[in-house]
Amino acid sequence: MTKTTTTTTELPEEVKSWIGQVRYEEPTEFEVERGYIFTSCASVQNGNPLYWDEAVADELTDGITAPPTMLSAWFRPHYWAPGRTKEAQPLQVHFDLKETLGLPEAVMTDNEIVFGVPVRPGDRLRTHQILRSVSDLKTTKLGTGRFWVIEVQYLNQNEELVGTESYTGFGYGRNA
Amino acid sequence: MAQAQLLLAGDVSVGDKLPPLPVDVSATTVILGALATRDWRPMHHDVDFAVNRNGTRDIFMNTPNLAAWFERYLTDWSGPRGRLGRMKFRMRDSIFPGDTMVFGGTVTKLETDDAGCCWAEISVQVTVGDKSPTDCTARIALPSAPDDNPWKRKADDWKP
Repeated sequence: MTKTTTTTTELPEEVKSWIGQVRYEEPTEFEVERGYIFTSCASVQNGNPLYWDEAVADELTDGITAPPTMLSAWFRPHYWAPGRTKEAQPLQVHFDLKETLGLPEAVMTDNEIVFGVPVRPGDRLRTHQILRSVSDLKTTKLGTGRFWVIEVQYLNQNEELVGTESYTGFGYGRNA
Repeated sequence: MAQAQLLLAGDVSVGDKLPPLPVDVSATTVILGALATRDWRPMHHDVDFAVNRNGTRDIFMNTPNLAAWFERYLTDWSGPRGRLGRMKFRMRDSIFPGDTMVFGGTVTKLETDDAGCCWAEISVQVTVGDKSPTDCTARIALPSAPDDNPWKRKADDWKP
């Protein structure tokens, strides 16, 4: 996506109103748990003893912690749950933008994560999302659409900031 | 405590290279990574969706799983006392089954903050053949001495 052309077009008022607004404050659907920590480490063959050796974890981190980069995993909704009539979406602001701007496809391009207090099994995290910006229309090799930046803040049950994640997405319609 | 690797800030210099890490990416790598990050979106497990809806050549690795790969690469080098403070990366292109992605890194900056925490800034490149689909800049805290431990830093002593 290095070659782009830009077209200035007005954003819908609804989308403008979302910029800077705290939205979708919600708890995670389950407590941080060790099974997912093992699965995450296995998926990237991460042998860091902090996650496998309780003696090392006790000495260095006062017990088992989760790999910091697992932050977003804890707040992704179950694929299905009883009574749910439609698929719950993580990063709902991203999907709101796709729908409201009529951009059916999207990819994430940039991601910045700042890590705070370590996350531990048993933690109950909460998140909220803030839309930071939406670009003019741009045409890339994928199609024509807009870039946007969404910030997600994560807190634990003690109101401590465990991390902040910033995503840049590109929502687009495929070129004919 | 089991003997764990210990890299001190004083052992590191700007320009140091991290050992390369080649990874053969399979469909299992992509799908396991997506499931481990609870990412159920079909472009990470459904070839037909990826090709015919997203316009990509195959399913492709998801962003949170790439973050986990970056973390693994960095802490393989630092050992367990290395504590990630910040990570920024850009996806220029996707990584597909059949690719061999090779991680390589360089120490670009060393500093000690006003709380006494030692930081190394690392530039990580991921190459696939002659392409570089993604790279990452990371800030990782390293112990200043054998009795220092960045994980013990709290509140104002932790400035990622």
